[in-house]
Amino acid sequence: MARRETPEINAGSMADIAFLLLIFFLVTTTMDVTSGINRKLPEKPPKDAPPPPKIKERNIFEVNINRSNKLLVEGKEMHVSEIREAAMAFIDNGGGTVTDGKGKNDCTYCEGKRDPDSSDNPKKAIISLQNDRGTSYETYITVQNELVLAYSILRERYSMKVFGKSFDNLSKENQKKVKEAYPQIISEAEPTKS
Amino acid sequence: MSKFTKKKKGLPPISTASLPDIVFMLLFFFMVTTVMRETDALIDVKVPTATEVKKLERKSLVSYIYVGKPKQKYRAKYGSSDKIQLNDKFASVGDIASFIMAERATRKEEEIPYMTTSIKADKKSNMGIISDIKLQLRDVNALKINYATHKGKDTQMNF
Repeated sequence: MARRETPEINAGSMADIAFLLLIFFLVTTTMDVTSGINRKLPEKPPKDAPPPPKIKERNIFEVNINRSNKLLVEGKEMHVSEIREAAMAFIDNGGGTVTDGKGKNDCTYCEGKRDPDSSDNPKKAIISLQNDRGTSYETYITVQNELVLAYSILRERYSMKVFGKSFDNLSKENQKKVKEAYPQIISEAEPTKS
Repeated sequence: MSKFTKKKKGLPPISTASLPDIVFMLLFFFMVTTVMRETDALIDVKVPTATEVKKLERKSLVSYIYVGKPKQKYRAKYGSSDKIQLNDKFASVGDIASFIMAERATRKEEEIPYMTTSIKADKKSNMGIISDIKLQLRDVNALKINYATHKGKDTQMNF
């Protein structure tokens, strides 16, 4: 019995099939990576929680956004472009001294004006953000972005000074140290109703 | 005489034998990177731009909440005020808690603390609805949130 050879499969159309699939995936693919500003919400306080500790007025940086997207920062009207500078001046003020209060309250690395009416220490400086229910989302995000940017600039400066490297190039441990020096404390109050 | 017949000149044809290989390579690349759309957008969302954006990691642990005005064709039925979309449906603020619970049920228990909720809101929507969402998320202890934004240039000059 003669062994019949299996005929070779013609692979000429392989390229066509592959092209077809390729075009399908090319069309359906979406390259956008979801990116955004990360935030952590505060935990819901238990009902019998003790009242929050009193915080000195000078350690709070109040930002209000009203329904027509105007900013009120520390009682003064302000343009969005100014808030970054103002926040940096507040965080980096370093008005605390070793002697006042309990223990270390001074800031050895701050380069601010050391105004006694502004924040003591970056670790104590709180930015309080309040918006109205009518505030537009875009304004809110822009303000959030500016505040985060203020912190990133200060962190970058600190890491350049202490480690001589950019914050992104630091090791995890050193990044943590930088974050401890300038912790991001942004608290959001309940929105006002209008 | 025949020794000197002119050879046919011209370039030899390019071999296309490796064409399928190249195409397959591209095909696999797109197959791997492609993400199929899971939800149909019922809402027009143009997210705002910001500079300090971070990429979302572990996409499988992200649940999305869309906020914005309904698309033109749904306006007649649902009105043109800001609406929330969860999965494929319009929803109210009260549905968020059950949505988060349902999302959690599909993940492994040890992954739950890493779950993130991404709020994809239109830049024209107002903060009232976003605050309501945040309150709901806080109630169900879904504390990691992310405001979806494009990475862009300085945005403060828009004002």
